[in-house]
Amino acid sequence: MALLEVTEVTVRFGGVTAVDGATFSAAAGRVTGLIGPNGAGKTTLFDVVSGLQPPQGGTVVYRDRNLRGMSPSSRSRGGIGRTFQRLEAFGSLTVRENVLVAIEIHDRAIRRGGAAERVRRADHLLRRVGILDFADRRADQVPTAVARLLEVARALATAPRLLLLDEPSSGLTPAETRRFGALLRDLAAQRRAVVIVEHDMSLVMGCCDDIHVLDSGRIIASGTPDEIRACRRVRRAYLGFERDGGTAS
Amino acid sequence: MTDFLAFTVVGLFTGAAYAIAAGGLVLVYATTRVFNLAHGAFGMVMSFVFWQLSVDAGLPPAVALVLVVGVVAPLGGLVVERVLARGLRDAPIGVSLVVTVGLFVFLVGLAQAVWPPDARTVDEFFPGRSLRLGDLTVSYHQLLTMAAAVAVAGGAWLLLERTRTGVAMRASIDDPQLLGLYGGDPDRVARLSWALGGALGALAGVLLAPMLSLDYVQLTLLVVNAYTAAVLGRLRNLPLTFAGALILGLVQAYAVGYLPTGEIFIGLRTVIPAVMLFAVLVFLPQSRLQLGPIRGVPSPPVPPPRTTVIAGVVLVAVVAVWTAGTSVSTTTRIGTGFAFALIMLSLVLLTGYGGYVSLAQLTFAGIGALVVARAGSPSIWALLLAVAVTAAVGGLVALPVMRLPGLYLALATFAFGQLADRLVFQSQSLGFGFNDGLAVPRLSVFGLRLGTERAYTILLAATFAVVGAALLAVRRGRYGRLLVAMRDSSVACGTLGQDPRSFKVLLFAASAGLAGLGGALWAGLRGTVGAADFVVTASLPLLLLLVVSGVTTVTGALVGGFGLMLLPVVSGDPAAGGVVLLLVGLAAVSLAREPNGVVHLVGSGVRDVLERTVGEEVGSRGVA
Repeated sequence: MALLEVTEVTVRFGGVTAVDGATFSAAAGRVTGLIGPNGAGKTTLFDVVSGLQPPQGGTVVYRDRNLRGMSPSSRSRGGIGRTFQRLEAFGSLTVRENVLVAIEIHDRAIRRGGAAERVRRADHLLRRVGILDFADRRADQVPTAVARLLEVARALATAPRLLLLDEPSSGLTPAETRRFGALLRDLAAQRRAVVIVEHDMSLVMGCCDDIHVLDSGRIIASGTPDEIRACRRVRRAYLGFERDGGTAS
Repeated sequence: MTDFLAFTVVGLFTGAAYAIAAGGLVLVYATTRVFNLAHGAFGMVMSFVFWQLSVDAGLPPAVALVLVVGVVAPLGGLVVERVLARGLRDAPIGVSLVVTVGLFVFLVGLAQAVWPPDARTVDEFFPGRSLRLGDLTVSYHQLLTMAAAVAVAGGAWLLLERTRTGVAMRASIDDPQLLGLYGGDPDRVARLSWALGGALGALAGVLLAPMLSLDYVQLTLLVVNAYTAAVLGRLRNLPLTFAGALILGLVQAYAVGYLPTGEIFIGLRTVIPAVMLFAVLVFLPQSRLQLGPIRGVPSPPVPPPRTTVIAGVVLVAVVAVWTAGTSVSTTTRIGTGFAFALIMLSLVLLTGYGGYVSLAQLTFAGIGALVVARAGSPSIWALLLAVAVTAAVGGLVALPVMRLPGLYLALATFAFGQLADRLVFQSQSLGFGFNDGLAVPRLSVFGLRLGTERAYTILLAATFAVVGAALLAVRRGRYGRLLVAMRDSSVACGTLGQDPRSFKVLLFAASAGLAGLGGALWAGLRGTVGAADFVVTASLPLLLLLVVSGVTTVTGALVGGFGLMLLPVVSGDPAAGGVVLLLVGLAAVSLAREPNGVVHLVGSGVRDVLERTVGEEVGSRGVA
């Protein structure tokens, strides 16, 4: 049973249709990839699911509940966490404080925890995503790749059941990307649904269980990595290669 | 019927002038993302320049008009663009608002310094000439104004729809960065917009000036009515802005003609633009979210609790000793400085920590003062009631705009300030009365009556120390982190489970409550307070002096409070007052990008010198 069901979602900005009847689902315990060229509507779909962008049509059902009209904060309290393609770290706070704020918002919602315990949890999350060394640096002064991982740690602080990651590995070295892929598998193994928008095809093909390909706001293919690799339409529309392997163009 | 038509003509005339002014405001905001709060003040200064040329120098009015609208105003617009506005395009809204408030105060100060108060009038264009249509008379001046509005609307359409420059301007409205990427020149668009905006503000000012004697504040606020029309056009849409301006002009004219003559209705007539602004804000749809890039504001270090407590105790002791040997008038001045500092603390919370701007903090102080005056009781409960009522009013002001960006909150506060001035503070039945004041009893705390100026001044100093320490405690803890996080990215906070709307309302209510406390205590110190003590425009120097001294620090509030107390002392005559305002505006404009202000700059400098000479680490103690 899918945790998230997105059905026939349409978003228009003036005369431009950014998402055109997109349908996909994400299940707990699996990593789902959303891929497609720039402007395909991937981030807009994340905005719809997290409540930042009301759709003009279609439904978003999460844990069997239609989310229509629900605010981003209510969705977050319901277990939907996300990161941003255009970074939204709190630049005036340190990396540790960024995660602490998320923990404090979450703890207030469920009324638990003491100050020292929260700091310990923040450090644990920073260690988990591999950026504990940056804990005391201001978030507007760390490299972009660190800020992206910080957003992942911050989203994890709210104990999400559905995690939406928007280009989280951008700027990572190949070794860091491999470690990040393992983290994604770990997160999914803890009965989370992880949905990732990513341009790094080695990461997507290596760690996703299911992949949906978006082009001009439409889902043009869905399947396992092998099925997507074999799909001629996807190769032509997006992957830009006819033989196996390679990076998206 | 003839009356109706006559009011319609008056409405169309004022609406046309508002449309011209609002057109300039929207053009500049839409293409450069700078909402020029000084637009009205610019129009006011230009109407003085017009007076100088046409009345004082004796040039024919038409020549003076062409010189002002075609040369002086566009040049002024270009200077503002080059000196102030260019760096503001990507600045936080709080910074660009403060810079234009600085320009506002600078221009009012400039006008007072160059043209000291005197009875000055300018004639209508084509004086005495009018068109008669049956019983209806339309003056040529009114016709000229309406024709000018039609010409501005037509010219704007031609420029935007039929020229390459216009295409670039429209592209800039949608996305200036993208315009740059495609080979357009956003700076050129900005220069043109500021030049045109300046010319339109000047034209509106000159056309409205004959209706009033040349008055710094009245003319400035008349063009401020353009805010309402601009907001109706969502600050982007020129046709809607023009329509809004005409509706506003007509509603005002019909209100003059047909509203009853009771006290409340007389007040209501003058605040129709503010009422309409609130009505429009309530119905504006949710604005699109602004995402990325990472924003951070440099913050001074927050001193540890022990340092804060010691500093507070020392401060109160110094005041106790100082006031033992001073005259009553000096003691009252010291107390006033602390009262202003206390009101400024409310802005440290709202603006320094939260990133929102209030243009009417003195109005909230006035509500606090009004409640204790009306309660007429020396008990501490009257003071607490004042805080509670002011906080509730603050929350109500923020409520309609909680889903909109900070600019709208700032505009709502200014509109609220005007409403409170006219409908509440000047009201005989509700407020202080028009010319009178209300007596305020001095407090008795636990049976101890604080009857002297000295006792009240010490009370004010102690309250400042306690509230300052409380703010610093908040800043150190989880709510302080949340405040900063909300300022940096309310979108991210939303997706982490924090509802930004309720948070904004609570923050605004808390800030208003603090201002109310300051106002209530100030009222007790003075013994009598009136409507003139809390006029909305006086909130602007208050904001600016705090920004200059440091809006993110408690020390900044203390220095700013005493600076504001000294303003009337150093500005003896009106012209000197103008120069002082001019300097305050200039200082705010230059320091708006350094949110930690002079106090922090001086503190950092002193620490650097100490570190060099003493050779030990003293930098972590902070000035906050």
